[in-house]
Amino acid sequence: MPRLSFAAPRTVDEAVSILAGAPGLAKVLSGGTDLLVQLRSGRLRPDLIVDTKRIPGLIGIREEADRYVIGAATPGVMISDHKGLERDYPGIVEGTDLIGSTQIQGRASLAGNLCNASPAADSVPAVVAARATVVVAGPGGSRREVPVEAIPTGPGRTSLGKGEFLIEFHIPKPKPHQCDAYLRFIPRTEMDIAVVGCGVNVTLDDSGTCVDARVVLGAVAPTIVIVEEAAQALIGHKLDADTLARLDAAAQRAAKPISDKRGTIEYRTKVSGVLARRAAAIAFERAAAR
Amino acid sequence: MSKYHVTTTINGEPVEYLCEAQQTMLDVLRDELGLTGSKEGCSSGDCGACSIIVDGNVMCSCLMLGVEAEGHSIQTIEGIAQGDKLHPVQQKFLEHAALQCGFCTPGLIVAAKALLDVNLNPTEEETRYWLAGNLCRCTGYDKVIRAVLDAAAVMRAEAGR
Repeated sequence: MPRLSFAAPRTVDEAVSILAGAPGLAKVLSGGTDLLVQLRSGRLRPDLIVDTKRIPGLIGIREEADRYVIGAATPGVMISDHKGLERDYPGIVEGTDLIGSTQIQGRASLAGNLCNASPAADSVPAVVAARATVVVAGPGGSRREVPVEAIPTGPGRTSLGKGEFLIEFHIPKPKPHQCDAYLRFIPRTEMDIAVVGCGVNVTLDDSGTCVDARVVLGAVAPTIVIVEEAAQALIGHKLDADTLARLDAAAQRAAKPISDKRGTIEYRTKVSGVLARRAAAIAFERAAAR
Repeated sequence: MSKYHVTTTINGEPVEYLCEAQQTMLDVLRDELGLTGSKEGCSSGDCGACSIIVDGNVMCSCLMLGVEAEGHSIQTIEGIAQGDKLHPVQQKFLEHAALQCGFCTPGLIVAAKALLDVNLNPTEEETRYWLAGNLCRCTGYDKVIRAVLDAAAVMRAEAGR
């Protein structure tokens, strides 16, 4: 077996050209908390690993007038420690912070969590609920900006072509009375993979009526699910019992889970409705307070 | 294919080594540099026995490649004591008998030290969550938590707050 090669390019275009020109399987390294496990277990046998962390901008968070720019390889610990994100996107911070232990938080990144393409990735639902985009670098100096949900296409699969990789996430600044929440259900208190995850982002008017919403489920389908019917159940309403019941029903209808050791189809479907209601309640409360 | 030449800092000392791309930082520490304090438990980032501090952040050395260490500053269990003087976390682990077989102990001490580097006054809950990535099959964790909280108290007293 040919031995593994390693490259740590200093520019985006250098990384693209190494990835695009690689014979065999080339893998992008961000925090490595999934990649190294797959490498070690023999599930993945790449010929080349390209570490993106030496590229300026790939690690770091920039606050601009109308958005946050998060470098693709920024570790969870930097996201959790960021005051602006904590204030404006507590749901994104909650989701990211739920990935693994303190040790994992020192390495794990949004790009890695997204491109590992687990349907249970905890950082993804709230980021998608925020209508965030990612910038994809590719051959010939190309840069395309796509919605985050356009990247994963199924478990372990992405829409990225040869030579492409993520360089940054763009998260729009929230409007007045806009906020989010993410909840994950696991059978214990820490260190597990989601049975169901749910990110909710809502915008309210001055009276507390919802004017915009996005509800995103994780771990109940091959990719995250944007539940349009759940958003429609919220828009135009306050969070009364009737609205919550319609939200619950919409989330349950959208869930298309599998049965595995973490939960049955029936259980995951039921929990989808419960988490949607609870996450919406938190998001409404936070949005009203802003 | 040739090996990769890495220049880094380990426990304050400049270090150079050659490694292969697939070698983890843990492999390099243990097999190339003879620093066998960091333990290999699970090799998948679950148990924390291989915890090291890289540029101030605690991480699993089994989930980092040896080649990634270039230009960074790494602290291992071997660098926690100051010569013969144990770090307060180490001293309190002894006093509270916070270990039995000892396999998880280097990782727990490194992770606890990283906590106290950023927070000298952690609550019990914060300490338990911080150390949730360090598995111990002997102690039941209670003595570990007491040792860390006691070390924090000592360090606060030393720092005069």
